[in-house]
Amino acid sequence: MSKFKKKTDGGLPAISTASLPDIVFMLLFFFMVATVMRENSLKIKNALPVANQVEKLDKKNPVSYIYMGKPSDGFEKYGTESRIQLNDQFAELSEVGAFISAERAALREELIPFLTVALKVDKEANMGIVGDVKQELRKVNALKINYTTGVGDAMKNME
Amino acid sequence: MAKRSAPEVNAGSMADIAFLLLIFFLVTTTIEKDSGINRKLPPIEETEEDVIIKQKNIFTVLLNGKDQLLVEDELMEIKDLRAAAVEFLDNNGDQSCTYCKGAKDTSSSDNPDKAIISLKNERETSYAAYISVQNELVAAYNVLRNKRALELGSQKGFLDMNFVQMQKNYKDARFVGNKTKLKEVIDQIKVEYPQKLSEVQ
Repeated sequence: MSKFKKKTDGGLPAISTASLPDIVFMLLFFFMVATVMRENSLKIKNALPVANQVEKLDKKNPVSYIYMGKPSDGFEKYGTESRIQLNDQFAELSEVGAFISAERAALREELIPFLTVALKVDKEANMGIVGDVKQELRKVNALKINYTTGVGDAMKNME
Repeated sequence: MAKRSAPEVNAGSMADIAFLLLIFFLVTTTIEKDSGINRKLPPIEETEEDVIIKQKNIFTVLLNGKDQLLVEDELMEIKDLRAAAVEFLDNNGDQSCTYCKGAKDTSSSDNPDKAIISLKNERETSYAAYISVQNELVAAYNVLRNKRALELGSQKGFLDMNFVQMQKNYKDARFVGNKTKLKEVIDQIKVEYPQKLSEVQ
C-alpha cells in the first residue's frame, strides 16, 4: 500500500542557505554606502553651528582639522572648559603651531600654500579659545581657514 | 491527510533583489561633504605706521560676552544686521561709485571700496553667535554682489545668474559656456564690492 505510505520522517526540510551570501553582501553594501568615514575619533562635544552663506570645502586642496569643544562624556577628567583636539588627542594651545608644521611636512611642496585649516568648533565653545587658535595660526602663517558649519538658518544658532 | 514536506523556495532571484537594493542606496545616498565659511587671516606684520581711515568708512560691529550685538554703538538684533550692512556698503557717499544704489548719505561710507566692516568680539562670546554674525556679514556682501551680477550678467551674456550661481558654475566641470568670460565677470564684481572685513583682536 505504497499510496498511503507515511513520509519518511516528517521533520522540517533543511533551509536553503544559498541566499545567505546575498544577504551578507546586501548588508555589506548598505554599510559601505551609508558610512561616513571619520578621520579622528572625537573626545569632545562637536555640534557644529549652522549657516547659510557657506562654501563647499574643496577637497582638492589639503585640509587640516582642528577640533574644539567641551570634553564629552567619559572624558570629564579633562575639565569642563573647552579644549583643543588635534588628531586623536587633547592638545595645548602651544601645540597648534607644531601640528601645522607637521601637517605641512607631510605635503608635497607645491601644495603647502593651499593648506586650509578647517576649524570644527562646538557651538557652545566661546570665542576666547577660537581667537587664541587663530592667533597661533597667524604665527605659523597658516592663513587660510574655514569655519566648518552645517547648512541651515543661522538664526537658529542662538536658540 | 498525508503530511507534505514544504516545497523549497527558489532563491535564484535573491541576487536580483540584493542588487536592486544596492542600486537604490547607491543612488539615494549622498556622501557628506564639509562646508563652511572661508576666511583669510591677516598676516602678522611689524609695520608700525597706521593707515588713517575715516571714521565714517568704518562699520563697527561689537559682539559682547552676553552675545549682545552693538552696531555703530547701537543695540541691534542679529536679523537686522544684514540690511544695515548692505545699507552701509552701498551708501556711495562721495558718488564715485556708478553702480551703487545707496542713499548717498555723506555721513556714511564713501564707496564700497573704502567701506570697511570691523568685527570685534570678546572672549566670552559664544561661537554660535559669532558664526551667525559672520554669516550675516557674508550675506550682506552676497546680496550686493548678486544684484550686481544680475546687471552685469545680462550685458555679458550670462542671463539670470547671480553671483553665487556664477561661482558655482565656474567650479562646475559640466558648465557649458565661456568660463574665461565668466571668470572676468566674477573678478570684476569682486573688485567692485571687495570683501573688507577686519577683525579686531
